[in-house]
Amino acid sequence: MSTFEFLQSIIVKTGFFHLTIGHVIMWFIGLFFIYLAIKKDFEPLLLVPIGFSIFLVNMPITPLTGKGDLINLFYHYGLEWEVIPCLIFLGIGALTDFGPMIANPKTLILGASAQLGVYIAYFGAILLGFNIKEAASIGIIGGADGPTTIYLTQMLAPHLLGSTAVAAYSYMSMVPLIQPPIMRLLTTEKERKIRMKQLRPVSKLERIMYPLVATVLICLLVPPVAPLMGLMMVGNLFRECRVVERLLKTSQNELLNIVTIFLGLAVGSTMQAENFLKPQPIFIFFLGLVAFAFSTVGGLAFAKLMNLFLKEKINPLIGSAGVSAVPMAARVSQKVGAEYDPKNFLLMHAMGPNVAGVIGTATAAGMFLTMLK
Amino acid sequence: MDNWTFGITMIVVGMGGTLLTLWILSLLMSFMKRIFPMTKEEK
Repeated sequence: MSTFEFLQSIIVKTGFFHLTIGHVIMWFIGLFFIYLAIKKDFEPLLLVPIGFSIFLVNMPITPLTGKGDLINLFYHYGLEWEVIPCLIFLGIGALTDFGPMIANPKTLILGASAQLGVYIAYFGAILLGFNIKEAASIGIIGGADGPTTIYLTQMLAPHLLGSTAVAAYSYMSMVPLIQPPIMRLLTTEKERKIRMKQLRPVSKLERIMYPLVATVLICLLVPPVAPLMGLMMVGNLFRECRVVERLLKTSQNELLNIVTIFLGLAVGSTMQAENFLKPQPIFIFFLGLVAFAFSTVGGLAFAKLMNLFLKEKINPLIGSAGVSAVPMAARVSQKVGAEYDPKNFLLMHAMGPNVAGVIGTATAAGMFLTMLK
Repeated sequence: MDNWTFGITMIVVGMGGTLLTLWILSLLMSFMKRIFPMTKEEK
């Protein structure tokens, strides 16, 4: 081999020789996610690893996503085996105070009605030519619940995982941008000023019984989501029983943080230029926005409907918190309400539908799985 | 059943099932309030 041929063989093995315009476009998409996380503080714990992973896996000929390569292992064991979404739910359960929901069980209905967007987007996806399983995976984006979206998509349409997961997490992070205009459009100023009665205190026994009762009911009614709901409820039991402090702290902190890193890297790795730069993901992002907007509408509209029958009116702004983005959607309800009455504290009231939305989205996913799998 | 009919059936059953599940859970929560009231110590 001549020196020239030797140098040529080295150049051919560098990434520069294999770089395409698609890779560069994906770099910019990855950088945009990192920008949103760092500059705009949009879900930084997720968008930083997802953005960097998009950036990384679009470096040509790198041994990262092939069979047995590092990030492929995270993807395979974490997402394909459905381990990561369930462990994330364990952490969410350990972090979540279901007290506001237990104190005001009506808010569970708001969490269910905010799943309207899931079904509207599902129908829209069928109209756009997606098959039924793909449509269900796209529709679930409307629940604004990343782990549930991953769980359902992996079971029904794994080839859409990257697009649906990134759309779900993107819209979760954009709650403060998407929801307020819809909330203002669908409510009157008088409704936005409704003050709600302070929530009753919840007994310790009620808090301990809640995860047990919810597990029995949901596992019996929608068994396919038992892994998600089961781990969420065991996490919540760790929190409420107050005798397993070490397990609780691990679930809330170390375990959740470790799993979040793997989740971000694995989700980002699905966005390789050759898979992602097609019309399909654009439709999915569009339908995800439709889903999310209609979920907000569903929660608001149902809260207004409930007010027709309730003696003690509820502020319809808390209905929009029925999407699962916890606690951001509840904070948005508080913020919009405070714009019209600074002394109106809606946050704790909005936490009820907000945590109910997590259960609602998991139930909606369970309904899809029951019917389609 | 064609795709459309199946799709619409799923919307009705899915949304209805989701509402029903959470409504039952809300009933159970209301029931629990009566069974497990606050103890004197907690109050």
